[in-house]
Amino acid sequence: MTIDEIREVILEIIRDIDDEADLDNLNSGEALRDQLDLDSMDFLDIVMELRKRYQIQIPEEDYPQLATLDSCVNYLMPRLKAA
Amino acid sequence: MLHKSINGADDRYNVVVIGSGLGGLTSANRLARSGHSVLLLEHHHQLGGLATWFKRKGHIFDVSLHGFPHGMVKTCRKYWNRDIMESIVQLKNIVFDNPQFSLTTTFDRQDFTSILVNRFKISQATINDFFNTVASMNFYDDQSMSTRELFEKFFPGRDDVHRLLMEPITYANGSTLDDPAITYGIVFSNFMNKGVFTFRGGTDHLIGMMAKELVDNGVNICKNSKVDRIVIEAGKVRGVLVGDRFIEADSVVSNSGILNTIYDLAGKEFFPVEFLDKVKTVRVNTSSCQVYIGIKKEESIADIGDLLFVSTAEKFSSDELLDMHTRSRTFSLYYPKTRPDHNRYTVVASMNGKFDDWNRLNTNEYESEKQDMIDRTLVDLERYIPDVRQKIDWLEAATPKTIHRYTLHTKGTSFGTKFEGLDISRSIFKAIPGLFHVGSVGIIMSGWLGAINYGVIVANDVDGYIRSI
Repeated sequence: MTIDEIREVILEIIRDIDDEADLDNLNSGEALRDQLDLDSMDFLDIVMELRKRYQIQIPEEDYPQLATLDSCVNYLMPRLKAA
Repeated sequence: MLHKSINGADDRYNVVVIGSGLGGLTSANRLARSGHSVLLLEHHHQLGGLATWFKRKGHIFDVSLHGFPHGMVKTCRKYWNRDIMESIVQLKNIVFDNPQFSLTTTFDRQDFTSILVNRFKISQATINDFFNTVASMNFYDDQSMSTRELFEKFFPGRDDVHRLLMEPITYANGSTLDDPAITYGIVFSNFMNKGVFTFRGGTDHLIGMMAKELVDNGVNICKNSKVDRIVIEAGKVRGVLVGDRFIEADSVVSNSGILNTIYDLAGKEFFPVEFLDKVKTVRVNTSSCQVYIGIKKEESIADIGDLLFVSTAEKFSSDELLDMHTRSRTFSLYYPKTRPDHNRYTVVASMNGKFDDWNRLNTNEYESEKQDMIDRTLVDLERYIPDVRQKIDWLEAATPKTIHRYTLHTKGTSFGTKFEGLDISRSIFKAIPGLFHVGSVGIIMSGWLGAINYGVIVANDVDGYIRSI
């Protein structure tokens, strides 16, 4: 997958979690949590959905790396390269 | 499919869920939606665990539907469905009445702030500081501070303020002033956010909708099916035994009590010694007593509020609330608006209680203590509905022994375990691969919202495990 495709996957998963989320004005370097109405349960949903779609296991200690859209992409890039 | 016995079960599943409390139901639903084959087993003839109800003489009594936080709206939308979410309605009249203060509140941050400023003369700065402190508390924070110390820090010597802040939480999850402040902070912040809510249609309606959703998602449900053993071989979960039926499974999620799961269902011989040493430190939480009051069909009662925290004890103390003869109780009022198609009034009084206090009584003493509890409850209720006695056509009491009979929980706990139980529940699959626990633990994973969210958290662990084997 390309960077743009991974970014789109994450946005799509967030849209499934909250269909009212304002994703157009998202600053990709800022914490998702501070810009959207996301809580720790929502991040768990993202982790579970990524596992379901791409069989990637994200251990709990790596959750902080999903904080911003950019850090999500950086973290997932090597793991989704072949997907 | 929904079956009335174990005969409806196949021989093999990805996941067997033992127990259909809100945590077990939610784990089952989440895992089925994620593509796993799921069998849900319930020993009772009714689903729901402690989220239950019973019928008497035309009345429907809700056992644990007393009010939950606003967070339930989002949780039900994401992990159940829109119909369930849309049944959530606010309870707007929460009443406190005790020798120190009497007030009515919508139980949200704004109203609580104004009460603390105007009635209790606390400065706005202190209140903001308190709310921000508890809101920022989380699981990973220091656990050494107790709730008592937290209150003393912000509201020194103000036992009236302590009472206002603590009493509802004690009823909600059995915690006391001596439990870690973070458990208070997490639960209180949830509740104080946007008020108190309930399900229009009652517990029976909710559990019915959940059962339908489970069946639609392919979960196989067997009621009247008590698991005797979780089968463990070569250090891993292999399945469950129900009578003489062996059902094979990659993983087992126990929604039984955590201590029941370890000692009775799995067997302690299968766990590492270091794990068992930690298990020995787990304290089960306290239990509850209730009095169920049914109003005659042709009668009605005035609107005295939705949830009343009442006490005639001069001062608040956790010990007083737990005493067998406590003078503190909550009244949950169920007007016809609760079940719009069932035009009846019921009242449920809830008290905290200790299993041992009730368990040591002989049959006569037990019956007489129950009757005394009913009498004390009616005397209290008459202060709000003076003519209530002549309107009643059903009175019944439940004790920690009753809760034990229906849930099988160790010492009839209605609030799971104290804080240390959470770590055991969260790490049990590291001791025995494939074995998971969901249910009321650690105070914070308690109550309806806590149980459902914990069901989601555990489902994520199970999903990770199954996809890794």
